[in-house]
Amino acid sequence: MSIRIADTVREIPRSGIRDFFEVVQTMGDVISLGIGEPDFATPWHIREAAIYSLEKGRTGYTSNLGLPRLRRTISDYVYNHFHVRYEPLSEVLVSIGVSEAIDIALRALLNPGDEVLYHEPCYVSYAPSITLAGGVARAIPTYAEDNFILKAEAIEKAITPKTRVLMLNFPTNPTGAAMPPEELEEIAAVCIKHDIVVLTDEIYSELTYDGKQHFSIAAVPGMKERTVLLHGVSKAYAMTGWRIGFVCAPVELIEAMMKIHQYSILCASIMGQEAAVEALERGEQSMVSMRREYELRRNYIVRGFNDLGLECFRPRGAFYVFPKISTMGLSSREFSLRLLREKKVAVVPGSAFGPSGEGHVRCSYATALDQIKIAIERIGEFCEELRVSEAAA
Amino acid sequence: MLDLSVEQVQAEIARLEKEGIILGYQAIVNHNKWDTDSVTAVIEVKITPERDGGFDRIAARIAKFEEVQACYLMSGGYDLLIVLEARNLRAVAAFVAEKLSTVEAVQSTATHFRLKTYKENGAFHQVELTPERLAVTP
Repeated sequence: MSIRIADTVREIPRSGIRDFFEVVQTMGDVISLGIGEPDFATPWHIREAAIYSLEKGRTGYTSNLGLPRLRRTISDYVYNHFHVRYEPLSEVLVSIGVSEAIDIALRALLNPGDEVLYHEPCYVSYAPSITLAGGVARAIPTYAEDNFILKAEAIEKAITPKTRVLMLNFPTNPTGAAMPPEELEEIAAVCIKHDIVVLTDEIYSELTYDGKQHFSIAAVPGMKERTVLLHGVSKAYAMTGWRIGFVCAPVELIEAMMKIHQYSILCASIMGQEAAVEALERGEQSMVSMRREYELRRNYIVRGFNDLGLECFRPRGAFYVFPKISTMGLSSREFSLRLLREKKVAVVPGSAFGPSGEGHVRCSYATALDQIKIAIERIGEFCEELRVSEAAA
Repeated sequence: MLDLSVEQVQAEIARLEKEGIILGYQAIVNHNKWDTDSVTAVIEVKITPERDGGFDRIAARIAKFEEVQACYLMSGGYDLLIVLEARNLRAVAAFVAEKLSTVEAVQSTATHFRLKTYKENGAFHQVELTPERLAVTP
């Protein structure tokens, strides 16, 4: 007997990253620039706080919305970092990472056929999450020549009477792009004019470089009431495995999201929530030292790619570079597969982040510097060999 | 990485060395792997400060002994904390009895021996394994 799979799920393609991961798994001794998580373990004081809470026997469920103490901490943290004040007990929900938050936000907002705009290249889950929530995914390409930022005019052109939500992710995975405040203000004006809700995934907000402060669209006057701010501790505090994210949004939307969350998840793990309190209240110093390390590596890797003749945008945030490889005459998938087989370096094909990522590869610098140095050398050899064989052909 | 040239970084290091801001560079040796016969002792010293020099002259005098690796003026129950490295126990005993206790201002000493090192100058002696990560993640 063959089990029938629901049409919507069957039609969703598997993540391009998943396919690639399976190839990497079959090989040993690979230097991976393909990892979208910090290479640091969670700072010890945060791990220790979680151990302490376990020792005290704090092992039960929490409120559906999350521990009140954590929600108060989140409210203060968001106010200090994003300059927007959310009521801790009614406008904050603790989720299983930003991924769950995106899912429940979209399910709470969309009726079948509603359109969702998002910028591309983007994180792999956006389009499938929109489809699974019954929406229609509408990608807006962004370009290396614009530093991968999203232009208000492009949004305006993509809007139809069915457009309901705009998804943003700055700093962006996979490009590392960050939005200047004045560009975000223009986008905010478009959203207000067309009555569009903004879902903004700001998981990399602490990881911005060159001394620049992150700016959230939720802080633009008139936007808080139409913005769903998604954040979490995974990236800045090296806590990916704890699965703690949060949503700040108007009370009626939190209520709606809570209905889905309480039936499907119940609550985020108490141990993770306790650790998140420690991270947000006392993790600043650890975060700053990790950010400093990422910034140094960014400077190194950007120069490395440009010196190899692979044009590489200098990212403003996150921990990815997105060099252009189209000049090498291979598709991003072919380039990545051959690089892996011939030089044992894993990068992620840009096409995994949507069609507009083609011609690029994503390289994570959440990898030790000595590994990055070897990877750059090997990529250099690979490109040289490609150029030689092209010249001979 | 710092967006400076090699020459600029070298010049900056040279300046810091010249101005005595960088005093030296040391290797941190893992004694679990490189065992030597030497012993390390930490000595608490109570001293009577001098009318003119306070603690400084006596501390400087003690610090000049080659075996003294570190010498700090402390708040609390004693005055100087000395880290001593010597060939063996006898050498430590000789230092305390012959050199340290005989300094006139020294009232008393308490000597503790190092048994095992867990962390030194920020480096762990028992190396934690790097946590495994999946090879490719979104």
